[in-house]
Parts: sequence; structure tokens; C-alpha cells
Amino acid sequence: MLYREAGQFKTSFAEDMQIFPIRQDRIAIGLLLAFAFLGVPLFASEYWFSAILIPFLIFALAALGLNILTGYCGQLSLGTAAFMAVGAYAAYNFQLRVEGIPILVSFLLAGFTAAAVGVLFGLPSLRIKGFYLAVATLAAQFFIVWVLTKFPWLSNNSSSGVISAQKIQILGFSFDTPVSKYLLVLGIVVVMALAAKNLARSGTGRAWMAVRDMDVAAQVIGIPLMHTKLTAFAVSSFYCGVAGALYAFCYLGSVEPDGFNLDLSFRILFMVIIGGVGSVLGSFLGAAFILLLPIFLDSTLQPAAQAIGLPFSNATVSHIQFMVFGALIMFFLIVEPHGLTRLWQITKEKLRLWPFPH
Amino acid sequence: MKRIALAVAAAATMALGSIGTAHAQAKEQFFPILSYRVGPYGANGQSLFGGMIDYLQYVNMKGGVNGVMMTWEECETEYNNAKGVECYERLKGKAGANSAPVFPLSTGISYALIDKSAADKIPLAMVGYGRTDAVDGSVFPFAFTMVGTYQMQATAIVKYLKDQNKGSLAGKKIAYMYHDSAYGKEPIVALEAEARVNKFELVQIPVAHPGNEQGAQWLKVRQERPDYVIFWGWGVMNQTALKAAQKVGFPREKMIGSWWAGSEEDTVPAGEAAKGYMSATWNVAGKDVPLVADIEKVVYGAGKGNLSDKSKLGSILYNRGVSYGILAVEAIRKAQDKYGKGKTMTGEQIAWALENLDLNDARLKALGATGLLPPIKTSCEDHEGSGKVKLQQWDGSKWVVKTDWIDGNRQLVHPLFKASAAQFAKDKGITPRDCKKAM
Repeated sequence: MLYREAGQFKTSFAEDMQIFPIRQDRIAIGLLLAFAFLGVPLFASEYWFSAILIPFLIFALAALGLNILTGYCGQLSLGTAAFMAVGAYAAYNFQLRVEGIPILVSFLLAGFTAAAVGVLFGLPSLRIKGFYLAVATLAAQFFIVWVLTKFPWLSNNSSSGVISAQKIQILGFSFDTPVSKYLLVLGIVVVMALAAKNLARSGTGRAWMAVRDMDVAAQVIGIPLMHTKLTAFAVSSFYCGVAGALYAFCYLGSVEPDGFNLDLSFRILFMVIIGGVGSVLGSFLGAAFILLLPIFLDSTLQPAAQAIGLPFSNATVSHIQFMVFGALIMFFLIVEPHGLTRLWQITKEKLRLWPFPH
Repeated sequence: MKRIALAVAAAATMALGSIGTAHAQAKEQFFPILSYRVGPYGANGQSLFGGMIDYLQYVNMKGGVNGVMMTWEECETEYNNAKGVECYERLKGKAGANSAPVFPLSTGISYALIDKSAADKIPLAMVGYGRTDAVDGSVFPFAFTMVGTYQMQATAIVKYLKDQNKGSLAGKKIAYMYHDSAYGKEPIVALEAEARVNKFELVQIPVAHPGNEQGAQWLKVRQERPDYVIFWGWGVMNQTALKAAQKVGFPREKMIGSWWAGSEEDTVPAGEAAKGYMSATWNVAGKDVPLVADIEKVVYGAGKGNLSDKSKLGSILYNRGVSYGILAVEAIRKAQDKYGKGKTMTGEQIAWALENLDLNDARLKALGATGLLPPIKTSCEDHEGSGKVKLQQWDGSKWVVKTDWIDGNRQLVHPLFKASAAQFAKDKGITPRDCKKAM
């Protein structure tokens, strides 16, 4: 009833091509953003900022990065965590070694460093495809972590190999409380998500999708494969690099190379698969699912078990949480192989007709 | 979808929050316990946290600390840094200002919590692990690298080897095989310095996490033919190394592990291969410590024990967990002596007590813990308080203590901490406290 587009006429090409063509969507997204920027800081507790919202936004950004490469351009990558590590260490080193560099510039340069590394490891994608490419990016995963461990210069000769992120200061304001960090991360993520959405709708994005759907056909219609694939690697790694820098500076505060292991790469890949391959919204939904569900299960299973008088120990609860989580992943993949985004789209389609479907 | 999920999650956490606040009443001291009982190190965690919780239970059954009861809640971290941070934030909300020390028992999680705990004024106890330069309390007022650091331990092992070789290690070759992480890398600086002073050759052999494949590393040991192997392993890496050492024929008697590579969890799975293996430790094993025997009688007698597998009682890691409990409870007792007996202490007050702890022989005897852990006396300049280890050897069925307490090379190691802490203070823009003014 409310979600109806009757009476909304598009009178120009620009109006027809906007990101949210339906007015209700624009209002909803506006409200959501206003809530995220203004409402959340008023209500959320420190626990919500530090343990849920900040990691959610950072992982959503990393998933978005991977989604650009895997979802839009069709190049499977298992090196996401390594590109994040490049971003984290690059930002740290720029802050450390360049006197007086603004932190946002460091983040930007961290993204570019990660992009350069990404392009390097993207080169094999010109010759190999599919699973073979996944193996090639796996090499990136191990190689980068090895380099960061091997050369102590990268961690400023820290005896433990752990780097502690410097303080975040922008124009004299220091971002040291969870709320301010959250707002900083939110700002960066919103800008980058908007950029990703627009990039996907642009010529570049269309070229990516053409390559994804059939690279030979794309080449025939005049899309340069090398350029297209490498831009996808560059942009994707840029996103991952910034996410990595935020992971170190705004979330954990100190990181070691081992933290960026294959496990993390897989988690981000799962976020993309569960959320929806080739969708900006999917990256957010996937990150929410993979990150929040275990916490939710963790905090409800124990009281639930106590309530019905089951003598569950902490370890049992953790095991059950793994099982429930695995079962839910399978359930979602069977019910909707195209991810949570597709579920959302179906809901929207139905809403547009409700309550009088054809 | 997302909003619904968030709303449900919010409702659930609020419901949980209301349960949680019931804990934080007067006359109780809340322990946020970041435990790991599943995952790659779950077996170790069960003994460690089992011991700690059993001791808290024991204290409660004896009437608490001047009537203040210990309460606790566990949160499973799986030894994962991100989950550790989430658990810390969750339990912090329940503890409020009155939090007992946090023992993350993971170097990675400790690093991630250093800044947070200082901001929240919650003491972070890193006993035998963690950020080693936190020994300098002027820079780290809320982080306590207590009892021993890896550097002190490594130099104590070198000292032991020196004694074995009539006071000189000149011309010897020592291989240092380590878990390639913060944990394994920290002692390298100290070992390199020792190698220069004592003129032995140091060969470094890193093992990648988790270390269940060490063929190449032991091949290297075979090529290099070191006189000794100092071994810094953790979890599954330890038993793998023992089996691999047997395969290449390296004598286990010349292999000396760190205190995280010297428990029953490491040697029993390795079977015959572990016989003769040596390790450092800051707490002894066995039930002949009166306190451990009493815990078995009182706590397990009443059916309130935490361990599901009672055979772990008196194991190295279990006794280490008990030692953690002793340190925390003694700090609370000390804080109550100063700030009011029978009251709930704040994190800040407990931090003061941890910094002024004096666990001497007489006190250890009163607790029934003589010989379980070394005497500890901390101060603002020295959060470590001991730095002593014993060497023990696995005889095929149990750990046998071989030496008395061996002190690490304080003159060599502590200036390194000081320099590292000063660097940290500079990077983070912290103004160090003046230790002379700190009470």
C-alpha cells in the first residue's frame, strides 16, 4: 500500500537513471543514513560501537571490495585478507615515516598501495581463470603475510612483529572514543559504497560485467580484457586496503600479520556469497549475517539453555553455535542461492503489488 | 531484513543486559573471563580456565575475600582476536567500574586490549604472556606483564645451559625454533644479545602457525647440528615437534621448551617421543601442593568443580590457572586492605594493588601454595615482579622439577623493555607517570 510508485513520473533521463528510482526507497535510505549518523550515536552503547557496528562497517567495506572483483568482474580471489594487511601496514608506515601526513591521506595512500599490489597479483588473471585463478590469489595471501613477517622494517622493527596503530587526528580533532571512530568509519564507508554503486553503473562496471558473463564475447565487442580485469583488481584491492587500514586504526588498534590469515579471506568470501554476488547491498547484508549471527547466537543460546534447565557449558554452547550457524548458511543457500539480496529484491517486488497481486 | 535482525539483536542484548546488572551488586567482585574451550587451543584453555575458576569457587566456599564473593562470567573467544575484543566489550558492560583483572591468555588479544583497558581503567593481567614492555608501569598503568616475560625466561634458559656447560657457551650452537608470531618473536632480541655476550651461535628457525608440519624445520636442525634447541611452541606445534625430533634423532634432553611448551597437553600426545624433554615453567605440576589437594577435597568434594575431566587436576596448566586465581584474589585482598575491607573494589583500586603486590614466601605458605609459583613483588617500575623460572623434565609420565628458581638476566633485559616502552609512549603520545610519585 505504502510502497507504490503510482504517480511517480520520470520526466528526464537523469531521473530514470538514478540509483533509487522509487521515491519511497530514497526516503528510506535517507532515514537510514540519518539514523546511522544521528540516531545511533545517541542510543548505542560502547559495546555496540566497538564490538558490532565498527567491525560490521569495516567488513562490509572489505566484502564490497571483494564483490567488485568476484561479483562484478567474475574473478575469484582468496587474497582479500592479504590486501587488507597491505592496507593496514601501509597506513601505519605512512603515518610513521612521513612527518605530519594527514590520516585520511594515509588511508588513501594505503588504498593505492594495496591497489598496486592487487594489480601485480591480478596479472595471472589474464591467462588463467576460475579455480586456477583462486589458487594464484591464494599465493598472494601467503606471500604477503610472509613478507610482512619476514621484513621487520615493515613493522618498524617491533620485536613482536605487532604494529600499534597511531592516534587518529583530523584537523586537530582526535578520534579516540568509540562514537567518533564509528562516525569516521561510517563516513568513509558511505562515501565508498556510493562510489562503488556508481562505478558499477558506469561504463567500467558494465565492462566488468561483460567480462564476467563471457570474456570472449566481451573481447569481440571491443572491451580490452587486460585493462578491464586489472582495473577490477585495482579497485577491489583499493577497497580492501582501506578496509584493512580502518581495521587496524579504528577497530583493533594493533594488528599482526597472522591476523590477516586465510580464514579471514574465507570469511569475507562467505559474506559475499551469502549476501549476494554482484550487489552493493549484498556486501552489507552478508557482513551483517556472518558477523552478527554468531554474536546473536552466542548471547541467546546460553540464557535459553539456562531457561529450560539444560546444563550447557560454555564449550557446548560454542559447538552448538557452530552447528546452528552452519545449518543456517546451508538453509539460506538452498532457499536462495543468489543470496540475501535476492530475498530482499523478491520482497520488494511483492511489496509493490501488495495487497492486490495479479 | 537487516533492520529486523538488528532490532531482534537489540532486544536480545537488552534482555541480557538486565540479567547482567543483577550481578553487579555490592559485596561481589565480578570477573570477566575471556576463555577458550573450543578451537585449536581449546584443550589448553580447559585446564587453564578450569583451574582459575576452581580457585575462585574455592575462595567463595571459604567465605570470599572478607565476605566479598567472587562472581564471574565466561565468554568464548576461540583464541581469536576479534572475538576476544567482542567478549571484552560485552563483559565490560556487565562489570562496570568494578571489574576484577582480565586474563585474556592470548598474546594477540592482550595486544588488542592494551589501549582499551587503559581507557576503561580495567587491569589487564598478562601473566606469562602478552606485551612484554608493559613491565614498565610508568607507561602502562593498567597492563601487568606479571611473574615472567619471554625475554627473562629465554635468558634464564641460557643461564641454565651455561651452568650445564661449566659456565661457558663459547663456540656452542643453539637453535631457536619458534612459533612465527608475536609470542615466538619477542625473545629473539634477548637471545641475540645473549649470543653476543656468551659467544654462542644462534640459529633461528621459524615455524608457521599452527605448526602441524615441521619436516623442513627439523631437516634444518639436522643440517645445522645445534648443541641445543630452545623451543618456543604452543598448542599442536609442541607434540608435532617432539615427534619430529624423535624422527631426526635429536636428543630430547637437549631440547628446552618455553612454559607454553611444557605441559601434559604437549607431552602426553607425543607419547614415547616426549621422554627426556625439558621445559621452563613458572609453576609446578602435581597435587602435592597443599592448596591443589585442598581444592580437590573442598570444591570437587562438593561437586562444584569446573573440570569435566578430573584427571587434569594438578596438571601444569591447571596449576597455572590456580596461580592466576591466586594473583587476582590476592590483589583484591590487598586493595581491600587499603580501600576498605568487605567492599567491592574498582578496577583502578585493583590496579593499584597489582602494582604493589607482595606475595612473599610467608604469604604463599599461608595460602598453601609454597613452591607453586615464585614469590612476587611488583612496583610501578617493575610490573613483572619475579622473572624466575624452574626447569622441569618429562620422565614419560609426569613432569619432574630439575632446578630451583633461576633468575633471568635482568640487567640485559629490563633496559630493552624500558626503551621499547618509551618508544610506545612516544608513538602514542602518552606522558609516562612519575613512578616516584605513584604510591
